[in-house]
Amino acid sequence: MLDKTPGVASAINILNASTIADERLQELSRAVGRSFGLRTYVSPAPLNLDRAFDAYRGQYNSTALLVQLVNAFAGTDEKRIAVVGVDLFIPVLTFVFGEAQLGGSSAVVSTHRLANPFYGLPKNDELSFQRLQKEVVHELGHTFGLYHCHQFECVMRSSTYVEEIDLKRLALCSGCAEKLHSAR
Amino acid sequence: MNANPSILIVDDEQVVRDSLSKWFKEDGFNVSSAAGAAEALQQLQGQKWDILLLDIKMPGMDGMELQQRIKEIDPTATIIFITAHATVDTAVKALKEGAFDYVTKPVDPDYLSHLITNALKQRSLVSENLKLKEQISEFSKADEIVGDSAQIQKVYELIQTVAKTDTTVMIRGESGTGKELIARAIHSNSSRRYFPIVAVNCGAMAEGILESELFGHERGAFTGAQYRRKGKLELADGGSLFLDEVGNIDTKTQMDLLRVIETKQFARVGGNDIIKVDFRVICATNKDLEKAVADGTFREDLYYRLNVFSVFIPPLRERKGDIPLLANYFMQKYSRAMGKQIASISPEAMDTIVRYNWPGNVRELENAIERAMVVGKPPEIRPEDLPYQLTERNHILPSGSMAAVEKAHIISVLAQNRWNISRSAEILQIDRVTLYNKIEKYGLKKPSAG
Repeated sequence: MLDKTPGVASAINILNASTIADERLQELSRAVGRSFGLRTYVSPAPLNLDRAFDAYRGQYNSTALLVQLVNAFAGTDEKRIAVVGVDLFIPVLTFVFGEAQLGGSSAVVSTHRLANPFYGLPKNDELSFQRLQKEVVHELGHTFGLYHCHQFECVMRSSTYVEEIDLKRLALCSGCAEKLHSAR
Repeated sequence: MNANPSILIVDDEQVVRDSLSKWFKEDGFNVSSAAGAAEALQQLQGQKWDILLLDIKMPGMDGMELQQRIKEIDPTATIIFITAHATVDTAVKALKEGAFDYVTKPVDPDYLSHLITNALKQRSLVSENLKLKEQISEFSKADEIVGDSAQIQKVYELIQTVAKTDTTVMIRGESGTGKELIARAIHSNSSRRYFPIVAVNCGAMAEGILESELFGHERGAFTGAQYRRKGKLELADGGSLFLDEVGNIDTKTQMDLLRVIETKQFARVGGNDIIKVDFRVICATNKDLEKAVADGTFREDLYYRLNVFSVFIPPLRERKGDIPLLANYFMQKYSRAMGKQIASISPEAMDTIVRYNWPGNVRELENAIERAMVVGKPPEIRPEDLPYQLTERNHILPSGSMAAVEKAHIISVLAQNRWNISRSAEILQIDRVTLYNKIEKYGLKKPSAG
């Protein structure tokens, strides 16, 4: 499943399977394009969410969604990330914000746990969108072969709860930027 | 944390292995997985893993048994159980048998992340601790007990015998023979070596002062006691308490000390709180304690408490064969300390040193060499560099039997001639074979170079 040249891609495709407004998706597309220096565009996600649903857990298996993405776009040289509104998990963990193929072509990210109301807090659309941008760049960073970073503000720092996402900036640290540059 | 920590995931479910591998790879870990115990053990033969994540229920050998096998191969392995089948009993059993932790699937990502970070931190601390202990052991070996004579070899043997126990030790010997050095050697070779050895010179303190020094005091216990102060007994907790010149302790403190040694608890002067302590007592004296007991100046019960195992250090004049070794040892020590290029002791100076009676024992010898190093000029120590009393002929004849005089003379001639047997035999007017026989008879050994 791994791409042998993780840095090589002709474009980035943001696949929407959520209820995010179009203008927000375009804004997201521009931010992603700036981060990776690649043409970025938005299109509908050809995902069958029901096939990834785990009735026992009431959540969606993110690995199953990644498999759907890889199969749907086999043979293309683009990177892609699906944005979904459902709650994601991998079998051993209670949840994930997203999942990516390390050095591969595909990633998936969920908005479900990025919104304040999930934690019983007042709605804050701007904050939710900032979190989404960071998580999208983070997961795409993995597809370019980037590992988790120990720099507090780097977007590639691992976040296991939502407040950690808020501590990060929407930017790669110089070390990760250098690695991204070397991979291309 | 290591640059690239390694994790081995052992689980019969492929989906668990894959998702965990992926999760840890994104963190930059070196990850591998095994579908069962046999495969895991095979991977353990090839390399050491920082952390092993084991499922409990697997076909064939289960996780608990696998943990035992892993600990046989690598006792330092950090094992975390991750299972869907959690019961309190298995969790307790796993932890009792040395697992680092136990988590239930599905695990909270934040918890798993912290768990792994803590496990790696603990590994790093354990490894650091081992390195420091090795360093302490190295320091312990580098003590300053120097000598090849049969008498000092006997002392070495006694140290080795008693150090491993927790027995109270009484070190006897004349002033300057190195009793504190022996006490420190016993402590350094004991299981208490990672805790302090606290020395108290009982002869140097007045009655009230010694009591406060040993037991500490509370604020306001006496005039001038402005702050609470811990005593030497508290400071020695876990380690050894060295009571030097124990024969000089006053009667009241003798009684208090006896009570502490028996109960291992006491109260600070002016305080009521009971403090529990755990220390080993090593004491030393140059006094005739048996006579002090008979005279009634030293408590008999305390005497028996302290005199459980006795180590006698012979005076230097009774082990003259060690004198050249000690002299050279101190010369090298002060040469390094002073940065002075004096690398030897002239045969004439060594003769003077060996023939002297050394009433002040090793301490006097060390002082004499230190003085010679101060006044002497490179490249060697000469007789005129030695303290005046050494050259006074009245002091240089060994006391005791004819054999002692003969032994001292042979040592002196050998030292003068740098152990040239032919020349020494010529000066002694005996043949070489006879000289060799005498060297063997008196257990003489050629000092090491330098």
